Amino acid sequence: MLCDQCHERDAVLNLTQIVENAVTQLHLCEKCAAERGIETTVSMPKHPLGEFLQAVQQQALQVPGDAARCAYCGTSLRDFRASGRLGCAHCYGAFEQSLRDLLRRVHGSAQHVGRSYQVPNPALLERDTSLGALRAQLQKAIESEEFETAARLRDEIRTLELTAR
Amino acid sequence: MTLDLSLLPDGGVPWLAASGEHADIVLSSRIRFARNVAGYAFTARARDGERLRVLAQVREAVPRVPSLVGAALLRLDEMTTIERQLLHERHLVSKELAALEGATEARSGAAVLVSSAAAVMVNEEDHLRLQVFRSGFDIGGAFQAATKLDRELGGEVPYAFHHEFGFLTSCPTNTGTGMRASVLIHLPGLVLTQEIAKVLQGLQQMGLTYRGLYGEGSEVVGNFFQISNQTTMGRSEDELADQLTRVVRRVIEQEEEARRVLLRDAGYIIEDKLWRAYGTLRHARSLPADEAMNLLSGVRLAVGLQLLSGLSVYTLNKLLIFSQSAHLSLEAGRTLTESEANLARARHVRQVLASEAGLADR
Repeated sequence: MLCDQCHERDAVLNLTQIVENAVTQLHLCEKCAAERGIETTVSMPKHPLGEFLQAVQQQALQVPGDAARCAYCGTSLRDFRASGRLGCAHCYGAFEQSLRDLLRRVHGSAQHVGRSYQVPNPALLERDTSLGALRAQLQKAIESEEFETAARLRDEIRTLELTAR
Repeated sequence: MTLDLSLLPDGGVPWLAASGEHADIVLSSRIRFARNVAGYAFTARARDGERLRVLAQVREAVPRVPSLVGAALLRLDEMTTIERQLLHERHLVSKELAALEGATEARSGAAVLVSSAAAVMVNEEDHLRLQVFRSGFDIGGAFQAATKLDRELGGEVPYAFHHEFGFLTSCPTNTGTGMRASVLIHLPGLVLTQEIAKVLQGLQQMGLTYRGLYGEGSEVVGNFFQISNQTTMGRSEDELADQLTRVVRRVIEQEEEARRVLLRDAGYIIEDKLWRAYGTLRHARSLPADEAMNLLSGVRLAVGLQLLSGLSVYTLNKLLIFSQSAHLSLEAGRTLTESEANLARARHVRQVLASEAGLADR
């Protein structure tokens, strides 16, 4: 049904008015309702991810960091907006503020209250994390054609990988 | 590589046994945890070598994970499309991991570990998708087993975890617990009495969502619905499991009530409709997949209403999965065209129903 006021948008609310004992029914779209000072309750989004990405988009417009990248995997907010997928665990740190707001929109909360978790062998994780960081540096070194640095990094990675076995 | 199904403990589908509570209405209960291995980019961003290292790391940990004892490791990146599709038809792998959309190859390192207790997808959208299925309505049992598997595997392989955001996943809709609890439920009574829209709407108000037989993006056919939690953060794993259990118990009651109403108000119409469904399945010479699904739904309802005896829910569960295209192709030893598959499906269904009724297939 179209809005009784603008006759353009779909009506989302039904307003019953009683003026001088006469009952009138008015169907209004969200915008016209807002113009009359009536707040419409926002229904639960059907596709939370859609809402979520829209929010990222809005944030990205406000924040000049649209092109901000995760230092570890190179994913930018723009990439995330296009795919809806984060690139790695470090993206959560890189886009922390945006994500906090957006998780709140998707889940109604940005705080994990479930089971906690301890990494089994922190030394192992440290090795993996430093390996990951080294690989990221290697990639950068290759891209910027710093071959001497790249060779050094490659050797470091090899050594670390060998100690893993 | 030829897929050897005998390697799969219980064919990877022990939940078909129809042994659990309300098994005629609830086919299966499932708990899934999405996890990523710390130190690597998520699957889509990871390079081939990284995905292979994730697989190697998990594989190396398996002998120390009791829930995965005797697990078979299946490399999807070494399989044909039909083999990958078959695993998808058994709900062991997602459409994405099996690379069934478009004519793509499975990504390197794509694999699934199948034990009698669980299935673990490796290098899906997240590095690990831990899944536990139970027959019938048994969210609690699936939850316990999945939690045990998660603790065991997480004690061997370091997961990506954040003190505030919880378990980190590629898609923020899974972040937090990374848990999806779901049931595969058959609701023909609510569909026939046209109460289903109201029930589904109610689910959404309770923070749950529904999908088709094969989860995200799949259509609802044969009155089979997958009901699951919508959000994964802000509530504990136990709360999510309890909430689903409570709501599904109510849906089962509503379905049973709808069935009583149907029998009371339209007894002979329903009886006629369901016997016709059985007759078609018993004698049809060509059965398209959707039609088979709808007819099987009718016969399943007839068995639930005790109009039809001598046919087990277990047999109906097997028909639902084993009469799908990839299963028929693998049995035939070659890829069947659609019309060939329709013939093979009709033959398969006739033979199973005839043997169940103790008759010869005519």
